[in-house]
Amino acid sequence: MSIDVLIPESVDAAAEAYGDGRDVTVVGGGTIVVQLMTQGWLRPTRALMLSKAGLSYVRKSGSAVTVGAMTPVTDVADLFAPLGPCAANVGDNEIRAQATVGGNLCAPTPPEHPSGDLQGPLLALDASVRSTGAGGESTETVEEFLTHRDARLVLDLSFEEPVAGAFAALDRPHAHHPTALAVSAVKAGDGSIRLAATGAGPTAIRLSSAEAAADDPEAAGQAALADADLQDDALASAWYRERMLPLLVQRVLNEIKEV
Amino acid sequence: MNITLNGVSRQISSPPLTPLLRVLRNELNVVSAKAGCEAGGCGACTVLVDGRPQRSCLTAVGSLNGAAVTTLEGLGTSENLSAVQQAFVHHYAAQCGFCTPGMVVAATAYLDAGGSDDKEAIQEALGGHVCRCTGYLKIVNAIAAAATQSEFDLTITAEEPNVVVKTGGR
Repeated sequence: MSIDVLIPESVDAAAEAYGDGRDVTVVGGGTIVVQLMTQGWLRPTRALMLSKAGLSYVRKSGSAVTVGAMTPVTDVADLFAPLGPCAANVGDNEIRAQATVGGNLCAPTPPEHPSGDLQGPLLALDASVRSTGAGGESTETVEEFLTHRDARLVLDLSFEEPVAGAFAALDRPHAHHPTALAVSAVKAGDGSIRLAATGAGPTAIRLSSAEAAADDPEAAGQAALADADLQDDALASAWYRERMLPLLVQRVLNEIKEV
Repeated sequence: MNITLNGVSRQISSPPLTPLLRVLRNELNVVSAKAGCEAGGCGACTVLVDGRPQRSCLTAVGSLNGAAVTTLEGLGTSENLSAVQQAFVHHYAAQCGFCTPGMVVAATAYLDAGGSDDKEAIQEALGGHVCRCTGYLKIVNAIAAAATQSEFDLTITAEEPNVVVKTGGR
């Protein structure tokens, strides 16, 4: 069976080729999609390769940052917390240079465990996602985007540099697997705090109950358990996550408190 | 489509979504890049794409039109080993040899980018490479030696191709 492969050379051409996204497999850096094809889990009929679409950029204007979907993860590893330290913790040297920010945001939830480490920091930063697909271009929050990420083509992400940010994750035993559990914290200019976790649900989740108790890090850690949907998977047991989530929440809150 | 493989322009007839690793091994008969996990986690398939190390098992060949790909075969020959290859010989950094092509390619990129003999930096740079013989110590030592070029003479004479002359003391 022949596969229809499109390699657009501009953002507009990429949006047109994607159309409503039906039956289109998007190939960004390839670190997720190519191995799924090798293993036989994915058999594309139409593929859209974005390597020449002009979507790799980091633009800064004052405290505002815009990151193109095809930007390698390594290019945001030097940014402020929680995004920078999280990106620096993804995979290994070569994987970070090949994997893309947009691909990581859209990472599917495989049967074995959640993935998409950058979802947490982007959720905590309240990033807005510009994407295209059925109905044309739209901009929405990460929370909204994550609910239909397999039916949209990400163009770029925008967010503000926070007053303070922190990231804490469980150590990974070996390169490339997503982290089993991580917590991101962001303090905005008005003093409000946003918390998000990866590995505590099928995608990254907001820890609203913990945010409400943020003045007391220990209580906030316990409160976070009410927000989480902890599962047993190949990376860690729910039992272990239940014990570690409060500690990670405490750690990031103590860190941003000092700022 | 075309790629420049080890300095030679090659036409590719495999479909664009074929992993570069399979194009190298099955179409172009270049077999130094190894199929280890084929999921990006072991590093054995690493090659240089425009000078940067990349997993060939995760790279769809269609994204490489016009790119320069360098495999182990492009770094040195049996008669004229590269500095990293000589350091691997001198420090006995290969056991079974399966991970060696990926290690040498990644180490070459690390040193080309100005990498030092700092062992933590070497471990970070090679962090995605697994040695199933667990011979990491000698590999890291070899790369550190290649970084300083201090522990051995980098030239091998044609008369004594298997002898590496050690000049530095230890």
